[in-house]
Amino acid sequence: MAKRRPMALLLGLALLASCATLGEGGASRLDLIRQRGSLRCGVSGKIPGFSFLQTDGSYSGLDVDLCKAFAAAFVPETGAVDYRPLTAPERFTALRTGEIDLLSRNTTMNLSRDAAGGNGLSFAPVVFHDGQGLMVPSGSGINRLEDLQGKSICVGSGTTTEQNLNDAFEARGIAYTPIKYQDLNQVVAGYLQGRCQAMTSDRSQLAAARSGFADQGNHRILEEVLSKEPLAPASVGGDQRLADAMRWVVYALITAEELGITQANVQERYAEAQRRPELTRLRRFFGLDAGLGETLGLRDDFVVQVLQATGNYGEIYARNLGPDSQVPIPRGLNRLGSDGGVMVAPPFQ
Amino acid sequence: MSAPLPGRRRWWLQALVVLAALSLLGLLVNNLTVNLIRTGLGLSFRWLSRPAGFALAEHPLPYAPSDSYAWALLMGWLNSLKVIVAGLILATLLGVSAGAARRSANALLRWLAALYVGLIRQIPLLLQLLFWYFVAFLGLPSASEPLSPLPALLRLSNQGIELLGVPLSVEFSAVLVGLSVFSGAAIAEVVRGGLDAVPRGQWEAFRSLGLPEGLGLRRVILPQALPAILPGLSSQYLNLAKNSTLAIAVGYADLYAVSDTTITQTGRAIEGFLLLLLSFLLLNLLINGGMQLLNRVVVSGRHRP
Repeated sequence: MAKRRPMALLLGLALLASCATLGEGGASRLDLIRQRGSLRCGVSGKIPGFSFLQTDGSYSGLDVDLCKAFAAAFVPETGAVDYRPLTAPERFTALRTGEIDLLSRNTTMNLSRDAAGGNGLSFAPVVFHDGQGLMVPSGSGINRLEDLQGKSICVGSGTTTEQNLNDAFEARGIAYTPIKYQDLNQVVAGYLQGRCQAMTSDRSQLAAARSGFADQGNHRILEEVLSKEPLAPASVGGDQRLADAMRWVVYALITAEELGITQANVQERYAEAQRRPELTRLRRFFGLDAGLGETLGLRDDFVVQVLQATGNYGEIYARNLGPDSQVPIPRGLNRLGSDGGVMVAPPFQ
Repeated sequence: MSAPLPGRRRWWLQALVVLAALSLLGLLVNNLTVNLIRTGLGLSFRWLSRPAGFALAEHPLPYAPSDSYAWALLMGWLNSLKVIVAGLILATLLGVSAGAARRSANALLRWLAALYVGLIRQIPLLLQLLFWYFVAFLGLPSASEPLSPLPALLRLSNQGIELLGVPLSVEFSAVLVGLSVFSGAAIAEVVRGGLDAVPRGQWEAFRSLGLPEGLGLRRVILPQALPAILPGLSSQYLNLAKNSTLAIAVGYADLYAVSDTTITQTGRAIEGFLLLLLSFLLLNLLINGGMQLLNRVVVSGRHRP
C-alpha cells in the first residue's frame, strides 16, 4: 500500500500534466495504452449480437469486434483487450475517471454527450444506425402507438430512451405510464411478467432480448421508430490523437468492404499492392506509400493489422447480426452507401 | 489542583482531531475542484429550472414532463418520503409484534417469530425486494381478473393494488412490504433486547397479579423497556430511510431513481449527487429529531410520580 500511494500521486500529476498539453497534441491516452500493452474497452456484456459474455468467459458481438479492431491498431504486438462490463449509468463515469480507454457499448451519439459542456465525449463514426422501438405481445391487439393510450410501458434508466418515449407520446397526445427500471434485464422481466403492455428500447436491443425468450414468436416489434439512435464508440473529449485514431480505424473497416478486402484475402491483396506500384489507392490504404498511419500515431500498416484481426465492416456485421447469426437484424441503413445505406468513408489520402 | 492538566491535554487532542477532519475535508474539496477544472465543468445549478422532459409513473402532486427538473426531483423526494413514512409505521408494528412474540408464553408464537427474524436477517435486502416485486407482486393475476380475498377492502392484481379504495402501485407496494419486513426483523431484535433489559421479576409480578399477557406487556413491561429500545430503534429507522434508495431496482420512482434520470440527461453528476446527499441528510435529520423528541417524552415520563 505504501508503495502504491506515490504511484497514485504520480499518476494524478501525469494526468494533470497531460491535460495541460492535450491541446498541443502532446501526451495522449494512446501512449498509455501502448505502454500498458493492452486496450481497456468498456462494453455491456449483456446485449447479444453487440457485446455478450459467452459461457466460456469470452466476449462476442459487434461492439466487441470493434474493441478488437482498435486493439489491433493501437497495440499490434499483442492485440490484447481487457473488457470492462458496464451498465448504462456507469459508462460515462468509467470513461471520465480513466478506468477504461474507450467505450464500445451501444452508445447513442447526440449533441449533449458530444458537447464540452455536456458529457464532453469524442465520438468515432457511427458503427450501427439503430432506432428506438416498442415490443408488444403478438395477441395484444396493439399495432400502433395510439393503441398504447393509458397503458404501462417498461423502460430502462440511464439512457435517452425515457426522453424519446416522452417526446413521441407527448407529440401525439398519448397518455401512458412509464415503469422505469435500472437495467435491461429488469425491463425484460417486468415486461414478461405482464407489468407493462409494451417494452421500449433500441430495436437492436429488443431483437437481442427477444432472442432469449422461450416464446419468441409471440412478441412483435412495432413498425414505428421513435428516434434516431446512431451508435458509436466514444473516448474522452480533448484527446485528439486517440479520437482520430479511433475514427480512422472505423473508416478503414468500411473502406475495406468498399474495396472488397476481407480477413481471408488481406495478405494476398497486400502482397499484390507491394508488387504493383501502379495500384496507388490500394498502396496508400495499406500504408505502403505516403505514411498515413504514422500521421495518426499508428503503424503505417495498421489497416492490415485491423483486417487480419476482425475482417471488414461487412464481415463483422454478418458474423454478429447477419441472417445466420443468433440475433439477425436486417442490415437496412447500415449497408454501404453504394448499396443504398449510409455507411461511407472519406478517402485515405 | 491536578484538574487543569487532563483538561488541557483533552484540548490538544480535540484540536488535533478537528485539524485532521478539516484537512480531510480540504483534500476532498481540492480533489473536486481539480476534477472540475480537469473536465472543464464548473458547478452550476441552472439546469434545475429547465424542463425535465421525462414522465413519472407516480407523483403525489400534479406533474408533467414539461415541468422543471427541480419539480421532478421534489416529486421523487415526496415519493421517497411516502414509502419511508409508511414503512416506518408498518415496520414498527411488525417489529414490536415479533419482538414481543419472542418473549411470549405461547411456544408457537415464539417459534414463528424466531423463524421470521432468522430467515429475513440472512438474506440481502436487494434480493428480498426483487423477490417481493418480480415473484410475489408481478405473479398476481392480471387486472382483468383481480384477486379479491376481501371484496371492497382489498383487490390485488399485477397492475395495481386497491386497499380500502386507495389505489397503490405494485412498485410502491413491493418496496413498502420489502422494506418493512426487512426492518421489522431488525426492530424485533431491538425490542427483544429491550424486553430482556426489564428484570424478570417484573414479568413474574404482573403474571402473579393475574393480568392478561397483552395488558401486562403494554402497561408494565413496555414502558420500562422503551428507554432501552429507542436508541436502537432510531438507528433502524435511519437505515430504513437510506435503504429506500434500492427502490430503483423494482421500478419505483423514488428520489434516487429521478436523480438517476436527471444526471444522465443533464450530465451534471456532481450537482445531482450533492442534491441527493442534502435531501437524505434533511430526511434523516427529520427522523432523528422526531426520535429525540420521543426519547425526551419517554424519559421524562418515567420520572413522573
